Amino acid sequence: MSEIGVDLKKRRFLTAVTSVVGAVGLGFVAWPFLASWNPSERAKALGAPEEADISKLEPGALLRVKWRGKVTWVVYRTEQNLADLPTLDDVLADPNSEVTQQPEYCKNEYRSIKPEYFVAIGICTHLGCSPTYRPDVGAADMGGDAWKGGFFCPCHGSKFDLAGRVYSGVPAPTNLVIPPHRYVTDSLILIGEDGGAA
Amino acid sequence: MSKFMDWIDERYPLTKVWNEHLAQYYAPKNMNFWYYFGSLAIMVLVLQIVTGIWLAMNYKPSADLAFASVEYIMRDVDWGWLIRYMHSTGASAFFIVVYLHMFRGLLYGSYRKPRELLWIIGVVIYLAMMAIAFFGYLLPWGQMSYWGAQVIVNLFAAVPVVGEDLSIWIRGDYVISDATLNRFFAFHFALPFILAALVFVHIVALHKVGSNNPDGVEIKKGPKGNRWSETAPTDGIPFHPYYTVKDIVGVGVFLMIFSAIIFFAPDLGGLFLEPPNFEPANPLKTPDHIAPVWYFTPFYAMLRAVPPMFGSQFPGVIVMFAAILVLFFLPWLDRSPVKSVRYKGPLFRIAIGIFVVTFVVLAWLGMQPATDTLTLLARIFTTVYFLFFFLMPWYSKVDSTKPVPERVTK
Repeated sequence: MSEIGVDLKKRRFLTAVTSVVGAVGLGFVAWPFLASWNPSERAKALGAPEEADISKLEPGALLRVKWRGKVTWVVYRTEQNLADLPTLDDVLADPNSEVTQQPEYCKNEYRSIKPEYFVAIGICTHLGCSPTYRPDVGAADMGGDAWKGGFFCPCHGSKFDLAGRVYSGVPAPTNLVIPPHRYVTDSLILIGEDGGAA
Repeated sequence: MSKFMDWIDERYPLTKVWNEHLAQYYAPKNMNFWYYFGSLAIMVLVLQIVTGIWLAMNYKPSADLAFASVEYIMRDVDWGWLIRYMHSTGASAFFIVVYLHMFRGLLYGSYRKPRELLWIIGVVIYLAMMAIAFFGYLLPWGQMSYWGAQVIVNLFAAVPVVGEDLSIWIRGDYVISDATLNRFFAFHFALPFILAALVFVHIVALHKVGSNNPDGVEIKKGPKGNRWSETAPTDGIPFHPYYTVKDIVGVGVFLMIFSAIIFFAPDLGGLFLEPPNFEPANPLKTPDHIAPVWYFTPFYAMLRAVPPMFGSQFPGVIVMFAAILVLFFLPWLDRSPVKSVRYKGPLFRIAIGIFVVTFVVLAWLGMQPATDTLTLLARIFTTVYFLFFFLMPWYSKVDSTKPVPERVTK
């Protein structure tokens, strides 16, 4: 349908160039809309470190602290708990914490700075439910005598031991996350900051 | 009156649209019970939009106020309880009606040529419905709302490499928070209008190809001429008044059941409104047992059934989404020479029976806690679910068929 004097080649070129420039412009306009979904400055600022006072924590008890809106646990493990940990290595997926789910200073058999105090983010590595604390050794519903205490995720049945190490054959793929933390005093833990250790 | 209509018609094709889509839209005369659910779905959509707008007049999309504002609607707003129960029951009713509507398509081969695109638009509508339902479920800010959203958003965190950032981007925070609730409310409010537009596109596609029927016979290919028109298919009757009147009967029966649920069992034993959701969201404690609302449970069961592979939950997420996406390919998976189950052979009938049982069992499994036995069952039925689709090119082809009549039957 070309008319005399119409340069169709040039017209096609101009149409293509205009479309490309338009598409780039659309991309630029889309960016602010998409980027506005990121956490706001306020949400980022709320991620400040959180103090946990463990002076009143009794052996076997669990303390819940909120850090960055996430539930964070401090568990006071008994001597028996600590002695039980190595016996579980065979049934765990990553007994030696090879996957980096913890700061370097917690990559040890107890996954903690001080053996008795276990600090971890209480969110299942499967789909983010908060596992229940099941310190009752030998609980029938947790597998009887083989159960040495730990955590059970009610959502999809993942199991963790008292060092947050995941059992093999459960939905959760990795051990529980250990947040960066340090001891300000013997009875005060600062969660979210380790003073550049690691 | 006709002068007034003339005035309109010169400026807007009102009579033309009325005729093309209602008074002179010829639908097969043998449409049966299963054909109620399309029009019912439209009615429920309208009901959801209207009750939803009314709820939004008193609802506060804020982590501090949301739960209390829902209770305020239930207790203090005049008729607020009724509007909210209509909306919550309507959500489940929408899925029941749409599942039956989809099953109709499966029975009578309504996805086959030339209705492939019609079916695909329908699956897009189903996806949009699921997104809307998911966004809406967070709004009451109960325990189940909160932890349900937590689990589903974390599905995206399972995507390799970018997952963690992707989930933070969706939430707008490191956990489900006020920011998440606010944007979910915006989506829950906006998307239904997109859904309504998709329904419009669905009907445009339907009226292009014409309605299928229980015999799977194309009435457009049959003889021409009936009482109303010489060019219309002989086996067609005008949608209005014939099917509008028929659909009103369906609406009447539907509303009786719908009202009975609203008035006597609005939570339907925990199926439509789950007990943990009567407790405000608590980010520090997951309820002992969480499960999505019933219409998501088949897919949830499949998600849980897949064990982690390569230290990642991603395979389960893929399986869950694949279970829905496979529907897009249905028009090309069915290789049977006939459309309707009436003329298909035993293999297809058995397959469809097994599929229905599988879907129901998976829905039930998705509501149960994950024990070893139930996980094994979920794995078996997930496999069966996919086999129904993957083996279809084979069993639909080798299956025996009965001769299809030239014209529609009763």
